[in-house]
Amino acid sequence: MRAPTHKPNLTGRAIKTFGHPLVELGTSRLMGRLFVIEGADGSGRSTNLKDLSGWIESNGYAVRHMGLRRSPLLAQDIEHAKQSRLLTRTTMSLLYATDFFDQLVHEIIPALRAGYIVLADRYIYTLMARDIVRRADPEWTRNLYSSALVPDAVFYLQVDPQELVLRNFEKNATLDYWESFLAYQELLQREFARFQKRYGFQIVDANRDITKVQRELRSRLAVMLGISKK
Amino acid sequence: MCQRLLCCRIARDEQHGFVVSRPAQYHGKLIAVEGLDGSGKSTQIYLVKRWLELSGARVFFTEWNSSSVVKPSTSKGKSGRLLTPTTFSLIHATDFADRYERQIFPLLRAGYIVLADRYIFTAFTRDVVRGVDRSWVEQLYSFAVQPDVTLFFRAPLEVSLNRILDGRPELKYHEAGMDMGWSSDPYESFRIFQGRILEQYELLAPRYDFTIVDATREIHDQQAEVRRIIRRSLRLSDFIKKKPRS
Repeated sequence: MRAPTHKPNLTGRAIKTFGHPLVELGTSRLMGRLFVIEGADGSGRSTNLKDLSGWIESNGYAVRHMGLRRSPLLAQDIEHAKQSRLLTRTTMSLLYATDFFDQLVHEIIPALRAGYIVLADRYIYTLMARDIVRRADPEWTRNLYSSALVPDAVFYLQVDPQELVLRNFEKNATLDYWESFLAYQELLQREFARFQKRYGFQIVDANRDITKVQRELRSRLAVMLGISKK
Repeated sequence: MCQRLLCCRIARDEQHGFVVSRPAQYHGKLIAVEGLDGSGKSTQIYLVKRWLELSGARVFFTEWNSSSVVKPSTSKGKSGRLLTPTTFSLIHATDFADRYERQIFPLLRAGYIVLADRYIFTAFTRDVVRGVDRSWVEQLYSFAVQPDVTLFFRAPLEVSLNRILDGRPELKYHEAGMDMGWSSDPYESFRIFQGRILEQYELLAPRYDFTIVDATREIHDQQAEVRRIIRRSLRLSDFIKKKPRS
């Protein structure tokens, strides 16, 4: 599913999910586009998204944002449950999935119908990778998210684990559990490496300076949105 | 042993998609009751619970939609009518997973008789009626073991409906299936909804080996039959709590 290139106006297109149908989709066409940025904490996701958002708007497209744990329905429960460490693995997975689908059906799909460019700060990939690292059955996890919408593109901001550690130090000055942080990041990256092929991620080298990363993201999006470079 | 609760083996069934295999490595017994609202199943499982408790058996009772973890979200979603078929399905799966992983499965392993007032089949019927993909929802619950006995309290639709509607109760929005827009009259909507759920139960009955109980009979007669069925499936003496030695 690729957006038509070098065309000033977005055209509607049929809706595609990863597998199972999503009952809430109905048959109407989606006029907008869904772009996802994935990457570890410290990979520059939020800064890049903020910059991209302004640039896209300056080109005359309306932008909406989505992220994990933002649904008004569940955000509070998830936070509370995380604090109290009450939840078992499957329950936590399902709570995150509920939160995700709540946003998908109430915010993303309506925005895409209306022709917005939706920028997602992480998507099902982070949720699936976390579940799998926590030893969920991969097949079960894939089924869980199989009725999610296939994005138009996924940009993966790749940063070496050592570099991530340094960046997190700069941000927070401390890092709890050095060993487990590194080990966890490495496990997550291994899952992402598997996903890259399966889901056709576009890899962006985010070890570089942020301006370079931003430039690369813009040039890739420009092609997909038909924005001519000035 | 299924060490990781998410990893219960899933067997692929050509005709029906995914079916969970039953790991036999627990000592307890899982008995589930299913049926329409008004089928009398809750009364029957309550009587079973009293019978087992008074016999001195290790018994645990669990009810659909009763976990405290997602209660705030569920109530918020239902009162605000924010739930769509998919999120309705997921929020009930979350509730179930919490009860399953913290209570049902550990207690089965510890050798309890676990009585479930509604089990995964309630989700299968309601979600499919709401238009959710059947194989998706079946796989969603694939981490759960199949009950040792599933009692399906079967009564003609009108009988169940009359038992509920005779008192003209105030039907809740989702309970009446009002979210589906079949009818603006809650009672009419409830009738349609229950009729479709009954169809789904009938489809599931042979696939999941339901034991059918005629729910039109006297409460006492049904209970006698239910106890016979349970006695056939387990040896009660295996579950009697030992008295501490004095």
